[in-house]
Amino acid sequence: MISAYFLPLWQIILEAPQYPEGLGMKIWLNNITGNIDQINGLNHYIGMKHIIVEDFVEFKVLPYVFAFIIVLGLYSALSGRLTWLKIWFSLLVLFAIVGLTDFYLWEYDYGHNLDPMAAIKVPGMNYQPPLIGYKQLLNFLAGSLPDIGGIIVVIAALMAGGVMVYEMRLKRRIYEKAI
Amino acid sequence: MKSITNLSKVLLPVIVASVAFTGCKPGKAVDSVDGDASKKVYVAPGKYDELYMFASGGFSGQVAAYGLPSGRLLKVIPVFSQNAENGYGYSEETKPMLNTSHGFVPWDDAHHTQLSKTNGQDDGRWLFINGNNTPRIARLNLATFKTEEIIELPNVGGNHASPYCTENTEYIVGNTRFSIPMDADQDVPIDSYKENFKGAATFIKVDKDKGTMNIAFQLIVPGYNYDLARAGKGVSKDWMFFSTYNSEQANTLLEVNASQRDKDFIMAVNWKKAEALVAQGKGKRVPARYAHNVWDEKTHSATSTIKKDVLMLDVKDYPGLVYYIPCPKSPHGADVSPDGEFFVASGKLAAVIPVFSFKKMLAAIEKQDFEDQRADMGIPVLKYASVLEGEVEKPGLGPLHTEFDDQGYAYTSMFVSSEIVKWKVSTREIIDRIPTYYSIGHLSVPGGDNKKPYGKYVVALNKITKDRYLPTGPELTQSAQLIDITGNKMKLLLDFPTIGEPHYAQSIAADLITKNQVKFFKLEENHHPYAVKSEKETRVVRKGNRVDIYMTAIRSHLAPDNIEGIKLGDEVYFHLTNLEQDWDVPHGFAVKGANTAELLVMPGETATLKWTPDRTAIFPFYCTDFCSALHQEMAGYIRVSPANSNVPISYKIGNNPLAKK
Repeated sequence: MISAYFLPLWQIILEAPQYPEGLGMKIWLNNITGNIDQINGLNHYIGMKHIIVEDFVEFKVLPYVFAFIIVLGLYSALSGRLTWLKIWFSLLVLFAIVGLTDFYLWEYDYGHNLDPMAAIKVPGMNYQPPLIGYKQLLNFLAGSLPDIGGIIVVIAALMAGGVMVYEMRLKRRIYEKAI
Repeated sequence: MKSITNLSKVLLPVIVASVAFTGCKPGKAVDSVDGDASKKVYVAPGKYDELYMFASGGFSGQVAAYGLPSGRLLKVIPVFSQNAENGYGYSEETKPMLNTSHGFVPWDDAHHTQLSKTNGQDDGRWLFINGNNTPRIARLNLATFKTEEIIELPNVGGNHASPYCTENTEYIVGNTRFSIPMDADQDVPIDSYKENFKGAATFIKVDKDKGTMNIAFQLIVPGYNYDLARAGKGVSKDWMFFSTYNSEQANTLLEVNASQRDKDFIMAVNWKKAEALVAQGKGKRVPARYAHNVWDEKTHSATSTIKKDVLMLDVKDYPGLVYYIPCPKSPHGADVSPDGEFFVASGKLAAVIPVFSFKKMLAAIEKQDFEDQRADMGIPVLKYASVLEGEVEKPGLGPLHTEFDDQGYAYTSMFVSSEIVKWKVSTREIIDRIPTYYSIGHLSVPGGDNKKPYGKYVVALNKITKDRYLPTGPELTQSAQLIDITGNKMKLLLDFPTIGEPHYAQSIAADLITKNQVKFFKLEENHHPYAVKSEKETRVVRKGNRVDIYMTAIRSHLAPDNIEGIKLGDEVYFHLTNLEQDWDVPHGFAVKGANTAELLVMPGETATLKWTPDRTAIFPFYCTDFCSALHQEMAGYIRVSPANSNVPISYKIGNNPLAKK
């Protein structure tokens, strides 16, 4: 999970006929990298807000939240106690839910809250990117997928979950055997 | 062991899920290249192409002629930009072609080619093209592939809605992309746009036989941006339709401020009525300054005249001359169907393509079916719904320009979604779409603006090529794409690179051009004042510090080829006559240190290079066009002596029995 500090967690991919090579953004624990300037440049036609890394409170908080989760994870592992594992896993799930909800709300605002002065206005059209998967937005095919760092975190979380379930079953079997 | 199996139970779905995410990506549009493409575009060596395509060079300022279906570049015809390759814009004879009221402007931004028409059909006589920057229209002679005439448009900020012609080339129009104050040389605040800035719909009369252009009248119209135009034909032949944007009348940050209204306008002009008003002596002559440059094929020289006034009619004063039709958002094309009944506007920011009916327009005018709230500028605004025949729904993104084939279909280019959409004119139903690579601007169907289009192909004129060709550094070629439209589905046949920006093109059956081709100029008809018809007449004449060299070229020598008596401070004029009277034997002329250009002189033609030597020296001169086996020997020397020297003028060429006649 420490890999989240040096690997991107999430990626947004844009493809259009004029961009055969594609445009992309990579979301890190504390940053967004990639073709942000090009994407901002394109989005101004339809009145979407500019993406400015400094405007995201998330990037200031996330490294600490994540550090806390890692430390707690290490503590629960060292403690060897199932209860701690359960607490930690629940926290991780909660973090994922909060994180994705926050991401969704940002996407909603980003896709719906358009400048009324925009040059191109398509009636009934919003430009909310998909939460996960692909979606056609005007001439762009937008994709939103976990990146390598995100995948590793998911794997780690699922492993923790797996271990938890395994341990719980083991405990129950021991308990059943004892009876 | 067990934990490993359990681990794999957990991991496997994760891996599957990750793969599934990337796998669920929708597929790209399949490549639509015709399986028989190579056969359809292959023109065997020695065989001719079926069509000529004349494409503007955009920012190159020139016109390029290509063959279709091969896409082979046949010739770059210099129009608005100097061309060192053949001396256009550098030679004394061609310099006046680029004269304007701003002085010598040796470049422009050339946008739309327009073939001359007879009875609504391309007749292959002339090609017109607009210069957008320093507002001009040029006329090219398609018998010689030379620019014959350039006329400047006064009171026009950027000549973009141009040079569209009426059914019998009675008029060529121009209208401004940037409204400006009328009456030359006005100094007003830019913020006074709404009160002071106007458009000037310029109608240029074209002489039926010679093609000579003269500004007949300018219609003063509201200060919007006028984008494109097309003349009506058949039933609508007396009308001209202009597209407008920036009906917001913004004068800053237009990309936002000129894109606010849901509807801009199509401006319908009854030019026949304007013509009748002018005949009645209506309108007033207003002072203006503009250049009119004409090439004379007999003297092989251009003359430039500065005109002093122009006839203006303010459309407010003449009801029934101009009507506005609301049109969804920033229309680019205003294109008329072959029967003249429908006009199609493509709002580049609009979500539909409106198809207007000429019949309904006349009925709405008859009933005075006007919108009240927008009868601004004193021009009646017809109701959208009253003129609308129907809309093409969900056509794609960024509809720009529509042309028609001979089967009742229309083709509209989509800039943003980078595709061509084929739809049926009568039902406005979408039949097919094909991707273009990339960002198509205009498109062109051979004869696509004719009463009877030639059809068969549509050419996509693209702004961006990115990965389509071998890369050439940051500056890449732009391109055209040839698409077969004979079947129900459009099929891509060929990509080919172009010069500059292929902004717009028109194509015409080759035989309409080839039958008029001039192979060389007749020497006996050469009335150039410095022409010499034989080597006997060649001479060098000094008048003060001006030295005129009457020189000839014939395979394989220049005469005279030894010239002495030139002094530092002299201005030397090489007048070279090409004595050849055969097809495809031009001669070039170059002299060392010429800070103008070289010359390329056609058989029977005379051209002049002005040369001011910068030092005392012996300067070689020679033929630059590989004309013959002894081309390398086609050279001479000119001796430049100090200013105070006493070397007399002398010239000679070795004894040549063939040249004694």
